[in-house]
Amino acid sequence: MVGSSIEFRGAALRLDASGALWWPGERTLVVADLHLEKGSAFAARGRMLPPYDTRATLDRLARLVERVSPERVLCLGDSFHDRRAAGRMEAGDVERLLGLTERVADWVWVTGNHDPEPPEGFGGRVVEEMVLGPLVFRHEAVKGAVGEVSGHLHPAAAVLVPGRRVRERCFAFDGGKLILPAFGAFTGGLNVLSPAVAGMLAPRFEVHLLARGKVHRFPSGRLSPD
Amino acid sequence: MDEGVPSPLPPKVAGWFRARGWVPHPHQLAMVEAAVAGDSALLIAPTGGGKTLAGFLPSLIELAERPREGLHTLYISPLKALAVDIQRNLEEPVAEMRLPIRTETRTGDTPESKRRRQRAHPPQILMTTPESLALLLSYADAEKIFRHLRCVIVDELHALAGTKRGDLLALGLARLGRLASGARRVGLSATVAEPDQLLAWLSKTGRAESGDVRLVTGRAGASAEVEILETRERLPWAGHRAAHALGEVYERIRGHRTTLVFVNTRAQAEMVFQELWRINEDGLPIALHHGSLAAEQRRKVEAAMAAGKLRAVVATSSLDLGIDWAAVDLVVQIGAPKGASRLVQRIGRANHRLDEPSRALLVPTNRFEVLECRAAVDAVRAMSLDGERPRPGGLDVLAQHMLGMACAEPFLADELYEEVVSAAPYAGLGRDEFDDVLDFVATGGYALGAYERFRRLVVREDGRMAVAGPAVARQYRMNVGTITQEAMLRVRMNRGPVLGEVEEYFIQGLTPGDTFVFAGQLLKFLGVREMEAQVAKGGQGEPKVPAYAGGRLPLTSALAERVRAMIADPGCWDGLPEDVREWLRLQRWRSVLPERDGLLVETFPRGGKRFLVAYAFEGRNAHQTLGMLLTRRMERMGLGPLGFVATDYVLAVWSLRSPKNMDALFDQDMLGDDLEAWMDESSMLRRTFRNVALITGVIDRRHPGQEKTGRQVTFSSDLIYDVLRKHDPGHVLLRATRADAAGGLTDVRRLSDLLARVKGRITHKELERISPLAVPVILEIGREKVDGSATDELLEQAANELVAEAMPEFGDGGLFN
Repeated sequence: MVGSSIEFRGAALRLDASGALWWPGERTLVVADLHLEKGSAFAARGRMLPPYDTRATLDRLARLVERVSPERVLCLGDSFHDRRAAGRMEAGDVERLLGLTERVADWVWVTGNHDPEPPEGFGGRVVEEMVLGPLVFRHEAVKGAVGEVSGHLHPAAAVLVPGRRVRERCFAFDGGKLILPAFGAFTGGLNVLSPAVAGMLAPRFEVHLLARGKVHRFPSGRLSPD
Repeated sequence: MDEGVPSPLPPKVAGWFRARGWVPHPHQLAMVEAAVAGDSALLIAPTGGGKTLAGFLPSLIELAERPREGLHTLYISPLKALAVDIQRNLEEPVAEMRLPIRTETRTGDTPESKRRRQRAHPPQILMTTPESLALLLSYADAEKIFRHLRCVIVDELHALAGTKRGDLLALGLARLGRLASGARRVGLSATVAEPDQLLAWLSKTGRAESGDVRLVTGRAGASAEVEILETRERLPWAGHRAAHALGEVYERIRGHRTTLVFVNTRAQAEMVFQELWRINEDGLPIALHHGSLAAEQRRKVEAAMAAGKLRAVVATSSLDLGIDWAAVDLVVQIGAPKGASRLVQRIGRANHRLDEPSRALLVPTNRFEVLECRAAVDAVRAMSLDGERPRPGGLDVLAQHMLGMACAEPFLADELYEEVVSAAPYAGLGRDEFDDVLDFVATGGYALGAYERFRRLVVREDGRMAVAGPAVARQYRMNVGTITQEAMLRVRMNRGPVLGEVEEYFIQGLTPGDTFVFAGQLLKFLGVREMEAQVAKGGQGEPKVPAYAGGRLPLTSALAERVRAMIADPGCWDGLPEDVREWLRLQRWRSVLPERDGLLVETFPRGGKRFLVAYAFEGRNAHQTLGMLLTRRMERMGLGPLGFVATDYVLAVWSLRSPKNMDALFDQDMLGDDLEAWMDESSMLRRTFRNVALITGVIDRRHPGQEKTGRQVTFSSDLIYDVLRKHDPGHVLLRATRADAAGGLTDVRRLSDLLARVKGRITHKELERISPLAVPVILEIGREKVDGSATDELLEQAANELVAEAMPEFGDGGLFN
C-alpha cells in the first residue's frame, strides 16, 4: 500500500493514499464519509451535479477491498448522504454495493448524522460505535476521548511549498485521536486549522496529506490556514 | 448643414442644437434617417464624436413628436457605471427640450422596490446591463414590458461582441425580437477591423449578408500622432518594468497638461507608479488606477481627473471603457499594446475633440517589444486592425438562457431553436447540439439517465417545456450572468482601511513577513484574518515579491504577422533603434532570421542541457500549449525534456538530448490524442470548467446566508470535473469547457493555425551556442528559477553573461554599452 504508518496505542496502522485506514493486525479496513448519492441529492434540489459519484466512490472502495482482502470493513458514518439516498441509487450501483458487502465477512455500518439509520437491504450490520482492541471507532469525535478513530469533519490541510500552495484532504493525528478524511467522490474538505477541527485536537498534532497518490506527513506548525 | 436640404430634425430638436451652438454631425443625421426608415444601424465612430447622442437622437425625436407611455428605448452598456453616466448625460437634453420622457437605470444596484415599479410602469428610456436584461426577460410579464419597445441601443458593442456577456445579450436580443418585432437595433462601436461581424451581430437574422442593418461611419478624427520612445538608455533584453525609460516618461508628463499612462498588467501599474513617484521632484499630482483598487479609491481618482486636478494617471484597462477625459493631451502606453485595435482605443482617450490629433507615446520595455510597437504603429497607420475570427457562442450561456426562457413562459423547443439561431453567435448551432443543451437543462443530460424524476423542465400536454416549480426560477435568478472571476481577497491595512482586492492565489503564495507592492505602497503581509489579507506599511527597500501577475493579454495574430514580416525583411529595419538593428543583424550572421511564413527552430547546448527555441510568434497562451505538447512528445521520444518557457514571441524547451527530426516533432498530429490527454489533466481546463459550472448553475454562485469562499467552489468543481471526465467524457459541460479553452487559455486554434502554416517549412538550425534572438527567452528562464523574486540587477547581470556567450567576439557586452 502507498501510505504512511503510525502506531496508535500499540496498534500498527497504515494511512492509505486513498484516504482509507488499514489495520493489518485486525485485517480491518476503515473508510469515513462516503456520502453515497450526494450528487442526486443536489439534483433533487435542481442542481444537476453528475450522477456518477456513488459509482466512483464504490469503484475506489472495491479496488481497495481487492487489494487488501479485509475480513472487516468499517464505514465510519455518513455513508449515505441522506435518508432517501438508497431510493435514488441506480440499479447498477445497488449491485456494486451488494457485491462489496457480500465479499467481506464482516461489513459494519457505523451510524452518522447524515445516516442515523443506514438503509437496510445492503447487507452488513449497523452499530453506533465499535471497540476493537485499544481503539474505539465512531463517526463524530468526542471531546476528551482518547484512542478514538473518527470521521465527520472531512479534514483537509494546506501547506506552502516554494511557489505555490497545496491544499488536499488529510488524516489528522494527535496521539489520542485520529480523524479520517472523507472518502466520497463529492466530499470537500475543512481546514484542520479551523476551530471545528483544531478544537478537537491537542495543540500540536500532525497531518498525513493525500497528494498525487502519496501521503506526506507535516507537523501542524507547518500548515497554512484558509 | 445646407439651408436648402430639409433637416430630418424637428424644430424643437434643431432649436436645441442651435441654442447650444452645435451643428449636428453628419453621422448623427444619418442615424436619424435610418430610424425614419425603420432600419437598424451600426454606428462606428471614434470616441468624442457625439456617438451616444447619435444613438439616442432618433428616440428623442420620436418621443418629442409622439409622446407616449411605456418602454420605448432600451439602452445596454457593458458597465453599470457607464449606464448611470449616460442616464445623467441624457437628462440634460431631455430637460432642456422639455421632453415628456422619463429615463431610468436598472442594474444590480437598483433597489428591489424600484425594480418592481419599473416592471409595472417602465420609463420611456431604460438604461441597463446584459445581466439585468436577462433577468427582466425571465419574468412572465416580459411581454407586457417589452411589447411596445421601439429601439434597443447596445453601447461599446466592440467590447461585448465575442465575449460570453455578448452571447448572453445576443440571446436576449433574439428574445426581444420576438416580443417586439418592430424594434430597431442600434449598435455603437469604436473602430474595428471587421464591421461585418458587428453587422451580423446586430442583424435580426444573425447574418451580415441579410443587409438589414445600415452601417454609419463617423468622421474619423485627425489622425493620431504616435511616437515610439527612442530611449537614451540601453534597451533591456527582457523584462517588463520599463525602469530605463521612466525618467523620459516623467519629462513628457511635465511637458503636458494631463497624461494617461497605460500599462498592461496591474503589477506593472504598481511598479511604474512607484518609480514615477520616486523621481517626481516637482511633486506633480500623479495617481494610480486599476481594477483591484477599492472602488472608493478609484472614484476619487476619476473625480480628481475630471476636475483637472491630476497631471498623470497610471492605469490598466480599467480605464479603457467609458468615461470621457477631455483634458488628456497625451497617452503613454508602457509595454507593447498587444493589438492594434487596443492601441487605437487607448490613443482615443486623448483629446476628444476631433479637430485635434490624439498624441501618443509608446514605450517598449524590451527589444522584442520595440518590434511589436513598430508593427502596431504601422498597423494603425494602415488602418489595419486585428480581426479575430468570431468564436461560436458558449453552450453554457445557452443553457442559462434556456432556463431563463422557461422561467418566463413555457416554450416549444422548435420555436426556441429558431429564435436562438437568429442570434449571430449561435447562427451555426446545430439542432443536435441545441437538443443536448436542452437535455442538460431539463435533466442534467447525463448518459446515465438517472435524473428523469428530478427534471427542472417538464413537458406539458401541449408539448411546451415549463419549469418544474418556483424553486427552479429562484435558482436561475440567483445565478444569472456570465461574469466569473478568480476568487479575490480584500487587502486591509492593519486595523485600517481596505486598500482593494487581489487574487486569492497571490495571497496564498505569501508567507507572513513578505513584502509586496499594492495600491502604490510597499506593504508587509501579516496574515489572513476573517477572509481578509492583513497588511502593514512595509518600510523601505525592494519588495520581496514583485507584486502580482494577471491581466495579461496575448499578442493578436494580426500583429504577430506584422512582427514576423518585419524581422524577415531587413528592408523594414530602417526606423528601428540601433540596438535592435544590431541585434537582428547579428542574428542573421550567427544563425538565420525567422522567415515570414515558416518556422525557425534553433537548437544549441548550454550548461549541460540541450535547448530548443521555436520562433512561432503566436502569443503566450498558444506557446504554453505547444510547450506542453512538445515536452510530452519528447518524453516519449526518450529525449528527457526538463522544462520550457513561453513568451508572446518564442517558446524555449530544454532537455537532456536534442531532437533531430523537427518535422516529426512539430507534426500536426500532436493536436489529436496528446492534446486531449493533456487538456483533460491541465489546471487550465479545471479553471475553465469552474466557469462553465458556475454559468450553467451546476454550482451556485452563492447560497442564501452562506457565502462560499472562492476556494471551496474551486475545490468542489474539481471533484465534479474528475468524476465527469471519467464517467461521461462526452458530456455537454465538458464539450463547452473544451471549446472555451480552445479559444481562450490554451489557444488551440492559433496553435493549429501555426502547425498548418509551417508544415514543410521548418528551418532547423543547429548552433554551437545561444543565438542573439534567443537571449530574451533564455533570460525568462533565469527569471523562473529565482522564484519570481528576481530584481532587475540580477537580470541585467544574467543578460551580460548571456550576451557575452552569444556574441563572444564583442567582449563582455561591449557592443551594447
